[in-house]
Amino acid sequence: MKQKTLERWAPWALLVLSILIWEVLCRAFNVSEFVFPSPSRIAQQTIEFKEVIAGHAWRTFWVTMVGFGIAIVVGVLLGFVIGSSRLAYAAVYPLMTAFNALPKAAFVPILVVWFGIGIGPAILTAFLISFFPIMVNIATGLATLEPELEDVLRVLGAKRWDVLIKVGLPRSMPYFYGSLKVAITLAFVGTTVSEMTASNEGIGYLLISAGSAMQMGLAFSGLVVVGAMAMIMYELFSAIEKHTTGWAHRGSQGE
Amino acid sequence: MTPQAFVDFQDVWLAYNDELLAQNHFAVEDINLQVKQGEFIAIVGPSGCGKSTFMKLTTGLKMPSKGRILVDGQPVTGPLKISGMAFQASSLLPWRTTLDNVLLPLEIVEPYRSNFKQKKAEYAERASKLLNTVGLGGYENKFPWQLSGGMQQRASICRALIHEPKMLLLDEPFGALDAFTREELWCILRDLWTEQKFNVILVTHDLRESVFLADTVYVMSKSPGRFVVKKEIDLPRPRDLEITYTPEFTDIVHELRGHIGAMRQTGATINQ
Repeated sequence: MKQKTLERWAPWALLVLSILIWEVLCRAFNVSEFVFPSPSRIAQQTIEFKEVIAGHAWRTFWVTMVGFGIAIVVGVLLGFVIGSSRLAYAAVYPLMTAFNALPKAAFVPILVVWFGIGIGPAILTAFLISFFPIMVNIATGLATLEPELEDVLRVLGAKRWDVLIKVGLPRSMPYFYGSLKVAITLAFVGTTVSEMTASNEGIGYLLISAGSAMQMGLAFSGLVVVGAMAMIMYELFSAIEKHTTGWAHRGSQGE
Repeated sequence: MTPQAFVDFQDVWLAYNDELLAQNHFAVEDINLQVKQGEFIAIVGPSGCGKSTFMKLTTGLKMPSKGRILVDGQPVTGPLKISGMAFQASSLLPWRTTLDNVLLPLEIVEPYRSNFKQKKAEYAERASKLLNTVGLGGYENKFPWQLSGGMQQRASICRALIHEPKMLLLDEPFGALDAFTREELWCILRDLWTEQKFNVILVTHDLRESVFLADTVYVMSKSPGRFVVKKEIDLPRPRDLEITYTPEFTDIVHELRGHIGAMRQTGATINQ
């Protein structure tokens, strides 16, 4: 019980400790706020510009969610196709790997040409960066069925589709939720990177404009806000995962 | 030889693919076997001798390269829905309760499939009853990972039997269990079989298990995978665990052991 409480509060304690050390260092060495603002200065500027930040944050949030939503749909569909057919797996997988190796920031200028400055490039960058882990995990879950189980079902006259629906999909759910947690954080990266060059709104834009105006405190609060949003979404999917696929986490429940 | 054989293998050969077929490399060779309606047969042999291949042939998951297989008078052309299977690994689905696991075949096989939703209560009742007979009453809503290995295996056998198959195929179903649990499950299988009289094909490498349970024991040799010995077990039924300590029982086990030992020796000389 005591160990558990400790584990629960450990990340918060570490966070507070880091902020304290940061603050102390900034004060002790009298670091200029134009180089590296102290936490108190960041907090002060966050409060000062809270409406501006909230506006940009909301924009980044919903753009990310739209991109992420598309990534889930496309990732699940592609993963389903790849995982259920060996031929599709052989054909698609190498190309997808090559595609995944490309830096997604490099797509932004191209997307700007196609869709102009605004939400288009941001949504698509978030989508491009986050669908890959979803696809891979669904495909893996489907492709790694136990052969005995497949025999048991096939002998009953089960079609490939039956096996996929009754066994493949539920089996790949833990992989799916696992991938969502990774993908949502990536989606925030995608949106922010895109907004830095191809938008007049959003946290990415805020970072660039605050930086060029030497408002370092504001730039840092932008970073903090993106980090916080990504972490909240991560925890949300983590909670959904635990509730829906408890059977896959029985080892760690410790009861 | 009798025309009313339930399972009838006529000169069956199987190579796993065309390449192996061209090289005359067969997984199982020259299998002739007749099983009567309701007969319990066991197949013993060293690992890798094609026992599991034999199971796949019987259920129609694999087609023979040569020869033909009749089950219930009909040539086997595809997966045989009148059979249920259980393996060494229970392969229960961890996200389904024991009851839902047992019900799985009814969601797939006709005629249950089409009325599964309407008659779910009735089927659940039936599954509960079956679970009760194997001593799993009260565990319907537990998940497989909350059960012991022996309990999982019982549930797995229930799953193989829920659609009342005419033929039960067991591939080393008790292989991973401890000796006491294994003997307990022998008796459960014996009772189920005595009551329902389905055909059983039990693949095992436990000679005592085969002699205790089966009417006929076939010994298979390894590469080539052939049936080399057919032994009718004429111990009286019903058989009790006590019978495994009688000299008659031990003699039969001994004799079968002799056949397998001889095969291993010739195998060794060939290898050298």
